Amino acid sequence: MAKTESTFLNMFLTLLIVTAVSSLAASAVYNLTKGPIAEVQRLKLQKAISQVMPGFTELKKVQMMPATGSDSLTFFEGLKDGQEIGVAVKTYTNLGYSGLIKLMVGFKPDGTITNIEVLEQKETPGLGTKMATPKFKDQFMGKNPATFKVEVKKDGGQVDAITAATISSRAFCDAVMRAYTTFEQLEKKQNNQEEGE
Amino acid sequence: MKQWQNFSKGFFKENAVFVMLLGMCPTLAVTNSAINGLGMGLATTFVLMMSNIVISLIKNLIPNKVRIPTFIVVIAAFVTVVDLVMAGYAPALHEQLGIFIPLIVVNCVVLGRAEAFASKNNVVSSFFDGLGMGLGFAMALTMLGAIREMLGNYSIFGWKFINHDGILVFILSPGAFIALGFLIAFVNKVTKKV
Amino acid sequence: MEYIIIIIGTVLVSNIVLANFLGICPFLGVSGKLATATGMSGAVLFVMTVASIVTWLIQQYVLNPFGLGFLQTISFILVIASLVQVVEIILKKVSPPLYQALGVFLPLITTNCAILGVALLIIQKDFNLLQGTVYAIGNSLGFALALILFAGLREHLELMDVPKGMRGMPIALVVAGILSLAFMGFANLVKI
Repeated sequence: MAKTESTFLNMFLTLLIVTAVSSLAASAVYNLTKGPIAEVQRLKLQKAISQVMPGFTELKKVQMMPATGSDSLTFFEGLKDGQEIGVAVKTYTNLGYSGLIKLMVGFKPDGTITNIEVLEQKETPGLGTKMATPKFKDQFMGKNPATFKVEVKKDGGQVDAITAATISSRAFCDAVMRAYTTFEQLEKKQNNQEEGE
Repeated sequence: MKQWQNFSKGFFKENAVFVMLLGMCPTLAVTNSAINGLGMGLATTFVLMMSNIVISLIKNLIPNKVRIPTFIVVIAAFVTVVDLVMAGYAPALHEQLGIFIPLIVVNCVVLGRAEAFASKNNVVSSFFDGLGMGLGFAMALTMLGAIREMLGNYSIFGWKFINHDGILVFILSPGAFIALGFLIAFVNKVTKKV
Repeated sequence: MEYIIIIIGTVLVSNIVLANFLGICPFLGVSGKLATATGMSGAVLFVMTVASIVTWLIQQYVLNPFGLGFLQTISFILVIASLVQVVEIILKKVSPPLYQALGVFLPLITTNCAILGVALLIIQKDFNLLQGTVYAIGNSLGFALALILFAGLREHLELMDVPKGMRGMPIALVVAGILSLAFMGFANLVKI
């Protein structure tokens, strides 16, 4: 087979056809994987919620704007036999070493932290990524931010920062506090509503 | 026999990382653990194999002057496929490798093989060339990842053999350069008897 | 002020080459001589800035409205490849000596992952057009700084008595590692 010559028309047609075929192939795969990707995301969220708030039978989703920050937080109120057992808060911070970090923080109705799961982070591997290890995040378990100062020790708080990753640790605290203060606001709002009824 | 040569040259004789010094960005960036190196290596292998096959099939239809853009579009299509499939079926690895998956497109190894081999050889040879080069690349990345993980985190494939923080610098960017420098010197020593 | 922070952040704090590992191929390939390193930096500065603007517009006005996010990689790389061709043609006409010096490297810019990488990072970081442009300029300056510093070091390295097995690329990589270590000293200077 002779090699196609480099005339303008040939070049144009070749590129056009190759691009069109490639785009079609990409969109076919996109449609095939759309379902599984959404499913993966859903399962991840589901798993994080049950990690930080075990034992719920019913979920109620509420959106709430935090006092500081650009985006609203998502609250998943967990109910068991109609009784509120806690709240899982999807929270975030932009203060990470590489920007955005997303956490799922579980609170008991009185504000005690039950557990924390890291949903998304792009921190330095081996340093900031250690925020997902039990060694770091377990120090928050069973603590109430009303009495436990969620700030790294360097800043006068009670949190042991990750070695050589103070920025990531600070960001983690920021996300947790954003969740806690917004959680308090939400509780207050709901209590007011109940009194009004 | 000839196919065996096409396949095996990618491991040492013409290894993309150790000998040709191609594809350095992913080599340095994602090798902070052995498993990341392996994942990146296998993703690249798939793209390399598929693009080599397609390009050797259509090589006579492409006018010479738009050769490179055409190759890149073909490669980009396969990279998109890998990206989407990994997001759906290996989400943890997909998150770890991050922006370096779309960047397989500009991995000089892939375009280099398309230009230097697939555009001149038949489909079967191109397939074995792609497979060998890709696996050689994966091997290099896994070795570097294993070394950095062992020194930097005292663990291998996630299994911790000393329960303590490692020599952090090897996980960070300076360690990537330094570890690769010594690894290349070592491979030179073994293969070329410097 | 915001823009100054972006510039400092990209040039010093998270340098594109030494901290983010983008553009390593030209970093190692063209850093043998100071003169070529300077020329390459200029070409990258131009292509990266224009490419970032064009890809941003494509993302905002074509891919997002039509839900074609999965075509991001294909369309971005096409834009970059054609831009490089245009630059090559212009350079050939306008400045033949510069073309002589850079001609070999220009096609290589297509596969310079720094260009595509920065275009993708701008989208990922949700920058607006002006922030994105400044980010691209900052990154290309960071690339230039790393490349030129490294080229200077390598010219000296040529004269050093290096152990036989480490000559060439191995010692260059170790030096790059030390340079990267030095840049880590800028961490925490500003936050982007």
